[in-house]
Amino acid sequence: MTKQIILGHYLGGLNHQTLWSDPAAGSQIDFASFKHAAQTAERGKFDFFFLAEGLVLRERQGQIFDQDVIGRPDTLTVLAALAEVTEHLGLVATLNATFNEPYELARQLATLDHLSGGRAGWNIVTSSDAFTGRNFRRGGFLAREDRYVRAQEFLTVARQLWDSWSAGDITADKESGRFLSRPDAGEFAFSGKQFDVSGRFTVPRSPQGQPVILQAGVSSEGREFAAGGGPDAIFSPYHTLAEAQPFYREIQQRAAAHGKPPGSVKVLPGAAFVLADTETEAIERHREIAHAQITGRGAQILLETVWNRDLSGYDPDGPLPDVDPDPDGPPIIQGRARIHQNPADTIAQWRSIAEENKYSLRELAIHVFGHVEFVGTPTQIADRLHDFVQNEGSDGFIIGSHLTPTGLDEFVDRVVPLLQERGSLRTDYEGTTLRDNLGLSTPVGSAG
Amino acid sequence: MTQLHLAVALDGAGWHPDAWRDPAARPQDLFTAGYWKGLVAEAERGLIDFVTIDDSLTIQSADHFAPDDRVDQVRGRLDATLIAARVAPASAHIGIVPTVTATHTEPFHVSTAIATLDYVSTGRAGVQIRVGGLGGETALFGRREFPAISLDNLQDPAIQQLIAERFDEAADFVEVVRRLWDSWDDDAEIRDAATGRFIDREKLHYIDFEGRWFSVRGPSITPRPPQGQPVVTALGHGTVPYQLAARAADVLFVTPHDPAGARDILAEVDGRPSLVFADLIVLFGGHDPAFFSDAKIVAGTAGQIADQIEELHQLGYAGVRLRPGVLPTDLTAITDQLVPELQRRGLFRTSYAESTLRERLGLAPLTTGALR
Repeated sequence: MTKQIILGHYLGGLNHQTLWSDPAAGSQIDFASFKHAAQTAERGKFDFFFLAEGLVLRERQGQIFDQDVIGRPDTLTVLAALAEVTEHLGLVATLNATFNEPYELARQLATLDHLSGGRAGWNIVTSSDAFTGRNFRRGGFLAREDRYVRAQEFLTVARQLWDSWSAGDITADKESGRFLSRPDAGEFAFSGKQFDVSGRFTVPRSPQGQPVILQAGVSSEGREFAAGGGPDAIFSPYHTLAEAQPFYREIQQRAAAHGKPPGSVKVLPGAAFVLADTETEAIERHREIAHAQITGRGAQILLETVWNRDLSGYDPDGPLPDVDPDPDGPPIIQGRARIHQNPADTIAQWRSIAEENKYSLRELAIHVFGHVEFVGTPTQIADRLHDFVQNEGSDGFIIGSHLTPTGLDEFVDRVVPLLQERGSLRTDYEGTTLRDNLGLSTPVGSAG
Repeated sequence: MTQLHLAVALDGAGWHPDAWRDPAARPQDLFTAGYWKGLVAEAERGLIDFVTIDDSLTIQSADHFAPDDRVDQVRGRLDATLIAARVAPASAHIGIVPTVTATHTEPFHVSTAIATLDYVSTGRAGVQIRVGGLGGETALFGRREFPAISLDNLQDPAIQQLIAERFDEAADFVEVVRRLWDSWDDDAEIRDAATGRFIDREKLHYIDFEGRWFSVRGPSITPRPPQGQPVVTALGHGTVPYQLAARAADVLFVTPHDPAGARDILAEVDGRPSLVFADLIVLFGGHDPAFFSDAKIVAGTAGQIADQIEELHQLGYAGVRLRPGVLPTDLTAITDQLVPELQRRGLFRTSYAESTLRERLGLAPLTTGALR
């Protein structure tokens, strides 16, 4: 049987990828933009809609970034509103385990699950930087090595809260006057390294029992967390079968070792696409988009994230900066996830790429940061998505675009029908919950 | 006389503890979107200024100071801000005001959530600020320890001080929420291709709030909401909460039980804030002698209830907030009977005119930077 491709739509990255100068670019904050993107994803029978997180505005040398799109809504609030204008689409929020408390966040996610009829998902992330902490009561107290401890314990508490009510706890029998079947519904207590909480949870068991949990996790702790009692789905950074298959198989093996049934941890890489009628046109269109995304100034700033030095004096059309990185200096850019763990290695690698291809500073930045996974005709892209999933590269993709809010339109119009022809994408929704969409079982719960 | 404002306070199955057993009640639906959409649509049919959606971090209890073990009343509730966001796109005119607890939550999250509610409702958002700390609330978070409060120690100076501090903290909380709303100028977004700048960073502002309980730097991640400042409300039963409202709120809900008390409250509040609403529990089905509440219970026909509202309005109340005893029965009676009666008396609007909640309440428009 043909394996079904899981599709998520990721809207509105607030970074260089989102082209605000394009004449077709719309508002990044008006509800109409979110509504359009979510309804387009639902028209394409996507599994879920996905929003990233931002808790602070980025700064460079103490000044707010002004060249990228900024300004975003509160994630849970906008997803709750989207539940009104969609019917089947999962609603996945990226939410931080550091700058939230389990009781409040579990309550909000269970509420979203009720109000969407079982479509809530949570991408759990952690953060430990004091820069973000300046917007919160907690400050930036968390040691880097404690991030997974906190995330894991946070998730354990949240699941205990969701399980504190059973499906049969509300009888609401008008005749006998009995509303609850037991007086202690919602009761919980947890004591651990990060949290010491107890009381009664206010939200009765939600349609999915527990919202779907997603997580990024390429590190060894992340993989183990993913496999054992952790998330229902994880993000993967791998887009070639050679890299993706071993990761995919490792996750399956680790999950099996934890006694989880096959297919219970989904693997989902993020992916961007550029479409055109011919391959040549697609490549040209990608080139134009990448040059619009990464201006000379933008290229300097992207490289500064790794050099951690002011590179504004280096000609974007000249060679790579001839200085070493300054990893121990005060951060030149704040509020942005660090993606390159070892700057010296990364830069050495970039130098050899630049030398080999005779790339300028800007061309190298475009090569590294303007990469798009799927460039081609609708048929080429459909074939590659299909083959990747059928050959254990992943269970699906989280599709983003360079344009807000209409970027997904052409994908839904032109690629989705081809996936449906190949039998790897539904032509209609079968279930009602996000778990139904993903083929995940509904947790029964342990309370009562 | 100024236009009368009418608000409706929604809570579970209604404010009467047995409301869920009413023949028309839908207790199995309390946790569904359809239930709340239906109530808000009904209030909008009655041209109500705004609905409030009650909330508390703790589970309901007949004991004000601790959870109870009763099984004969509604227990369980959803997050009110998310209910508000869920119903906003399904309505067009009515203001939507969820309750938010200020004691354990993050002002940054609350500020962006209410700003977002203002976006998804295109200018109809408000918030009711609630001060927490009772009934095992601190243990839910496990971050702070407050001594347990009970009827026995309520008057102890230490407990009174603790309560006053929680209200001070709430005032700081609202100040941060408001200053974050005001941290982006309206014209901050410039999309200037020529200079490659999406925003003019000179038009984003750090708030640099440093208080006794928290510090928040800002600016917000969310641009200035459509109303600039969504409407801030609070419920108060005495001097301490009145002072919070004077410092932080646009609308104060109070609970007078007779005309003399109603006059005294207005005298004490003395125009800060300018909009004072009297809370009334309405029971069209008649009195229930066993039912007591913090607010005055008015029972009877639409004409009798309208008399009491008119009296409060004449005393100087900007409006009343009606707490339907039984949902949807008493809400339907408000729209079908009470509103037409107030319209006949020339006290209440016959159609919605203004597009934002601030405009409807006659609150002055605020220019960017008014709070800086």
